Amino acid sequence: MKSNRLGHWLAILIGTLYFVVPLAATFEFSLRKLRGIYSFEAYRVVLADPQFQSSFTFSVGLAVVTIVFGMAIIVPMAYFVELRLRKLRPLVEFVTLLPLVVPAIVIVFGYLRLYNSSSFLPLTNSTLSTNFLLTCGYVTLALPYMYRSVDTGLRAIDVRTLTEAAESLGASSATIIWRIILPNIRSAMLSGAFLTFAIVIGEFTFASLLNRPAFGPYLQLIGANRAYEPAALACMAFMITWACMGIIQVVSRNAVAARP
Amino acid sequence: MASNASSASLPRLRVPWAVVGVTPFMVFALLFLILPTLFLVVGAFQDNEGGFTLANLGKLWTPTILASYWISIKVSVASAVIGAAIGAFIAYAAVSGGLPRWIRPTIMTFSGVASQFAGVPLAFAFLATLGRQGLVTLFLSSLFGVNIYAKGFNLLSFWGLTLTYLYFQIPLMVLIVTPAIEGLRKEWREAATILGASNWQYWRHIAGPVLLPSFLGAALLLFANAFGAIATAYALTGSSLNIVTILLYAQIRGDVLHDQNLGYAIAFGMIVITGLSNLCYILLRVRSERWLK
Repeated sequence: MKSNRLGHWLAILIGTLYFVVPLAATFEFSLRKLRGIYSFEAYRVVLADPQFQSSFTFSVGLAVVTIVFGMAIIVPMAYFVELRLRKLRPLVEFVTLLPLVVPAIVIVFGYLRLYNSSSFLPLTNSTLSTNFLLTCGYVTLALPYMYRSVDTGLRAIDVRTLTEAAESLGASSATIIWRIILPNIRSAMLSGAFLTFAIVIGEFTFASLLNRPAFGPYLQLIGANRAYEPAALACMAFMITWACMGIIQVVSRNAVAARP
Repeated sequence: MASNASSASLPRLRVPWAVVGVTPFMVFALLFLILPTLFLVVGAFQDNEGGFTLANLGKLWTPTILASYWISIKVSVASAVIGAAIGAFIAYAAVSGGLPRWIRPTIMTFSGVASQFAGVPLAFAFLATLGRQGLVTLFLSSLFGVNIYAKGFNLLSFWGLTLTYLYFQIPLMVLIVTPAIEGLRKEWREAATILGASNWQYWRHIAGPVLLPSFLGAALLLFANAFGAIATAYALTGSSLNIVTILLYAQIRGDVLHDQNLGYAIAFGMIVITGLSNLCYILLRVRSERWLK
């Protein structure tokens, strides 16, 4: 058993090295902008760049709209499928898995052909409707993660009993979803929301092919033209991803602790 | 009885809330997921006048396109197989005990983060690490006098891209395969040991066959994950490494092949490949769930 444990330690050690070294290297690289000394100059330059500010704000906004819009269509669907339309479940599972099967670039290619200016629904004609199309693309990308987290939340509570209790007190379906179901699956929804945020914030393919000034295409542009700023941006992106995942952990741990 | 009678007399006045609640989702999925995909699939079998043809698929058999599919498949297979093997081993080391208790939750949290750390920033991280001016490159040359670039290594190559993809493939494998490894019961090992089985026999005849479907299924998922990826490769290599997603990207951007139905055919080919690997994944998962209940 002794040698066995050594192997385990070795696996963990090599794994840790493989994952920590690039992070350390990226951080070190990002500090090298001024010759001969370590400084946060690259970060200063990036943060002061108006294009950084505008593209980052744009993507944060997109992420928020994506989360709200996605939840608005997914939560009622998942609730009624769980409550009354169980036979739809296989179909819903299939549809929500599709975005993992069909690559993002294929989906956006379909959008460009289906919703171009000469089509029956010319969504790419105006900025606003292109932004809407981009949001729909992001909801599609996040669909597997959002649905799974909402579904997990719904299965953990007794939807049927809660609904019957509320109905017998005279609540309407909308009231039940808003005042009974939502508060009960809040932590599951938050997990899905932050995962969606992490996916949307740096997404490249959709934004680039729909020509929207999002953070992902900005990252790519900086990568092609600068030396040290990309490393600074990579560190920031990693911090954002880390923050999102950390919040998910805290939220789901609190949910477990709060459950009787 | 009275309430039955009244609801029977007003049968159609109740709003079917369930249908109202499900419809927006169904319309959304139809408009933004199913129709766009179908449009490409149908387009792959049409000529410019809209007639049925197999010519577009035939045109995929040109050296450039075949080569791009081939390099995509190679990178995806390599990163999936290596990622699955290393990920499974790390997951096993974390789950099976013998290590301090804090290691497991730490690895799980970190895997959650690293599996999402893909796209353009990942390319930057690897350029800063293994690029020509990267930390590890400089470290190796100053400390050991080994210039890895002179030895033929190039980050903008098959192995470079594979190495980069492993950064999200390994953690993803850890996340997917941990539940399966947790499903291995202590009793099975004890029973096997009591019956005189060696460690090798236990793995060969018990743990191995139980884990195999989960392992293969997870590897297929990793394959599809790598196959559809573009942002990392694009930011890393520009268009010097012609994987199929980058070819399709260039085709959409500038219509480089001057044939939009050929673009549909490339997309269709990608759907077939990721679709097949996902189908096998689902079949394998059904098999593996027999044991993990």
